[in-house]
Amino acid sequence: MVTQQVDTQQVFDWISDIPDPEIPVISIKDLGMLRQVEFDNNNYVVTITPTYTACPAMKMIEDEILGKLHQHNIDNVKVKLTYEPAWTTDWLTEEAKLKMKNYGIAPPQHSSCSKLFSTAETVVCPRCNSKHTEMISRFGSTACKSLYKCVDCKEPFEHFKCH
Amino acid sequence: MTQKEALFQYCLRLGDNALILGHRLSEWCSRAPFIEEDLALTNMSLDMIGRAQALLKYAAEVEGSGKTEDDLAYRRPEPKYFNHLITEQPNGDFAHTIARQLYISTFEYYFYSDLEKSKDKTLAAIASKAIKEVKYHLQHAADWTIRLGDGTEESRNRMQKAISDLWMWSGELFEMDEVENSLLKDGIAVDLIPIKALWSNHIKQVLTEATLNMPEEDYMQTGSRKGIHTENLGHILSEMQYLQRAYPDAKW
Repeated sequence: MVTQQVDTQQVFDWISDIPDPEIPVISIKDLGMLRQVEFDNNNYVVTITPTYTACPAMKMIEDEILGKLHQHNIDNVKVKLTYEPAWTTDWLTEEAKLKMKNYGIAPPQHSSCSKLFSTAETVVCPRCNSKHTEMISRFGSTACKSLYKCVDCKEPFEHFKCH
Repeated sequence: MTQKEALFQYCLRLGDNALILGHRLSEWCSRAPFIEEDLALTNMSLDMIGRAQALLKYAAEVEGSGKTEDDLAYRRPEPKYFNHLITEQPNGDFAHTIARQLYISTFEYYFYSDLEKSKDKTLAAIASKAIKEVKYHLQHAADWTIRLGDGTEESRNRMQKAISDLWMWSGELFEMDEVENSLLKDGIAVDLIPIKALWSNHIKQVLTEATLNMPEEDYMQTGSRKGIHTENLGHILSEMQYLQRAYPDAKW
């Protein structure tokens, strides 16, 4: 019988600063991918949710969680993947958006409510703050980003899609 | 047919649609007209394969015989696959791929919007993820249809030909049999009758903007609900399943 050695909040705090593998300035907690930690049936159950259904970073994040808790001598850990509720960019904190911008990725402007065929949102260049930008492609280097260029400073940049 | 059997079959159909279209789109990798488009098509392929994984995993759970999503993907022969015939049609030229995307993404947009309200919690959760991705797929397909249709004479002719060539595969999207009907009664499946009208309206709207003609009602191909496929699926599976067939349980 394994007893609960530490508080689940403590476990949550230990893993909350694990960086996102694609955008390392942001943690999995900032992104809203880390949902909760419970103690159930002698295991710490960590619930995470993918940004996109096929997010290839999930396995790596799982390994990071197991590795991090192993350092704290906790090995009775299960990582659970959930799709419900569906991840949304609404969960990004303002602080996370700022970190993203400073990293060179234009953060999503507002919520997930992108309507079909609505007029395209204005994306601000993360380098020169110009609103004079153009979309190059809806799809970028990862599932969660699209490609833009700034008409003023001429730099190409990535935009974290509203989702 | 028990409710469990119907749900298993329903999940297989949805999972197979995503898996086979995902495989087809992945064939564009390194072959697209330019790098951004290469990324777009492979991104959509990834979305599809991720959705297939979730749906086939659930199918395996529902069946309850200890199989995994990989067993379902790699160890079923053609007659046990239930993807719509349109998903297995060859990529053709870029216009054919875009026409296929337009037909399927428009269907999926309305389908998954409705499946989000399913009484089956797992299907509803998968649908609420899928719908966000499908919106991007649909905008991509509509943008290209309009750009090519309302483009040069050559691009317009090719886009019109693709829209017309693929039309006969579109009827199957709205077929309902005992699987759908029994799950619909329980609020699990989507009613495809209203979806057909929404689909036609939207396709017409995009084609009009693209200065293209909407094909007329015509003979529609059918068969996939019974596991009857075109010759294309065998070729896809022989490539996709080769490794697991040659080296069962291989891992790396």
